[in-house]
Amino acid sequence: MKKIINIFIALSALVFSTSLLANKIGVIYDSGGKFDKSFNELAFRTAERVHNELGWDMLEFEAANNTQIEQGMRKVADRGATLIVAMGFAQADAVAAIAPQYPDVNFVAVDVCWVDDPAGNIYQACYLEHEGSFLVGMIAAMASKSGTIGFVGGMDIPLIRKFQGGYEQGALHVNPNIKILANMTGTTPEAWNDPTKGAELTRGQIDGGADVVYQAAGGTGIGVLQAAADAGIYGIGVDTNQNWMHPGSMLTSMLKRLDLTIFAQAEKTAAGTFEPGIHFLGLADGMVGYAIEDGQVTAEMQSAVDAAAAEIVSGAITVADWSQ
Amino acid sequence: MEYFLDIASLLNSTFRISTPLVFAAMAGLFAERSGVIDFSLEGKMLTAAFVAATGSYFFGSEWLGLVLAIMACVSLSMLHGFASVTHKGDQVVSCVAINILMIGLTTALAAAWFGEAGLTPTLNNDQRFLEITLPFADALRSVPIIGLIYSEILSGHYIFVYMAYLLVPVVYWVVFKTSFGLRLRAVGENPSAVDTAGINVFSMRYKALAINGVLIAFAGAHLSTAVNANFFREMSAGRGYLALAALIFGKWHPKTALLACMLFGFTDALQIRLQGVALPIVGIIPVQFIQAIPYVLTVVLLAGFVGKAIAPSAIGQPYVKEQ
Repeated sequence: MKKIINIFIALSALVFSTSLLANKIGVIYDSGGKFDKSFNELAFRTAERVHNELGWDMLEFEAANNTQIEQGMRKVADRGATLIVAMGFAQADAVAAIAPQYPDVNFVAVDVCWVDDPAGNIYQACYLEHEGSFLVGMIAAMASKSGTIGFVGGMDIPLIRKFQGGYEQGALHVNPNIKILANMTGTTPEAWNDPTKGAELTRGQIDGGADVVYQAAGGTGIGVLQAAADAGIYGIGVDTNQNWMHPGSMLTSMLKRLDLTIFAQAEKTAAGTFEPGIHFLGLADGMVGYAIEDGQVTAEMQSAVDAAAAEIVSGAITVADWSQ
Repeated sequence: MEYFLDIASLLNSTFRISTPLVFAAMAGLFAERSGVIDFSLEGKMLTAAFVAATGSYFFGSEWLGLVLAIMACVSLSMLHGFASVTHKGDQVVSCVAINILMIGLTTALAAAWFGEAGLTPTLNNDQRFLEITLPFADALRSVPIIGLIYSEILSGHYIFVYMAYLLVPVVYWVVFKTSFGLRLRAVGENPSAVDTAGINVFSMRYKALAINGVLIAFAGAHLSTAVNANFFREMSAGRGYLALAALIFGKWHPKTALLACMLFGFTDALQIRLQGVALPIVGIIPVQFIQAIPYVLTVVLLAGFVGKAIAPSAIGQPYVKEQ
């Protein structure tokens, strides 16, 4: 009996020590769900990469609604997370409340760049999505034959206006006479979750003559791209490379490289060189861009867009940020 | 001609948006007319969307997916009946339980089967219901007015759109012109009288719930295997509740419930087209205001024109046989 107890103690000590020693990455997903083929899924895939390549354990929390976020984040911190990734602006208050209480845990807050950080443990990442959207707007205008292009946003918030603004400016940069149809799905978080509505908005724009549609709408965007593929027009994906979803009818995708941010900060956390502070990440850092693989971007478009990208970085072109 | 195409686009959109609402409202009508509250249209629509997409993916046939969705929804209706008709539980509680259960279960099953919580694999076009072009639609396009209406508005919808609008007169006939319908309505108004006449109240309510399950399955299949090509978590997005509102708004009558569903669909289609468009005098209306139009219109119509909606008198009350 004593022997069994000893083995048990030894085993549990082993289990506890490994789980205490291993670094853990905790991801708190935004509404829209872990598998939105976009924003949240990219964070999940990156956490998987951290798990596979750096040998970290993974913790996850998916809130059923925004009131659960703070509780969920606290739980993830209590379970020994080394680095917590908070996805989306809706988690700003939760990060601001929890980070000071867990000074040993590092936080990466994606799409947040305004919270106080008394403990100095928050990496706040805001992406210059308007710069990336400018580039896909240019591609859309160059690919459009009808001279009308569309934009479907998710929830009507300043962040999504930023995508829309960059897209419209990019399109007008190529073709000053282009007509742009823009729709927002809704004004509540359910707007990230309604592919049927997304499809309907897209059909409305197609009826209005649009032959390229750009979506920044989370799960709703799945319906947008499906409707575009069904109607035989071009769709433009967002955040991650969504070109593989409908081969042949995807023009390109606007890339937001939060995967690079998260992975780099995981590596830096392990090395003890985590970089707290507010970071604005754009074309100059290679943190936004557009996807070519599996898309329909021609060499001609590519050279025009790359030239414009260089001008944006040099300051020759300024892209206004509509969220301001 | 340009205006005609705008109107055609608006009407086509109205038909598409109202279709799941019409199926759900007709499903609700059978349950509620028999005296059983059906607040679980939302959960059943979600279930049907999930089962139809999954079934179609596994078996490669959208029709088989629909049949499985019908089976799933009828089972849920039977569960509702078992709790609230046989065991006389609170009908609203039973419905809420079904709604919450199915939100979780669909997400969890998608995670278990496809490794992606709340998302099923994208169906290819062989596994989906596609839009149907009616015969001669292209040939008749050149005929003024009638040909245009036929080819631009009547043709080119999903099969569910046609089914939904053909369903309404059938429901009207069944509920108001057949002896089954008379009994159904009587069970919802005065179950003791029906019992006295020798008709089994419980069996009538179960039959009504079975029809309810069949009809709601079409609404879910429309979402996941026609308009979209996969299931997405919580993709019913409140359409079940909206259909219930349309049913009450339409005074539990198929014709007026249809009008209510179409009104919701029309205002939704209209707000899509008004977003960001500069109107004369007022200019561009803020998107929040545009999106409030369907609700404002509903309140105005409900308060001003519709009058009092009188529910079946025995609704929500479990029937207890007199000893």
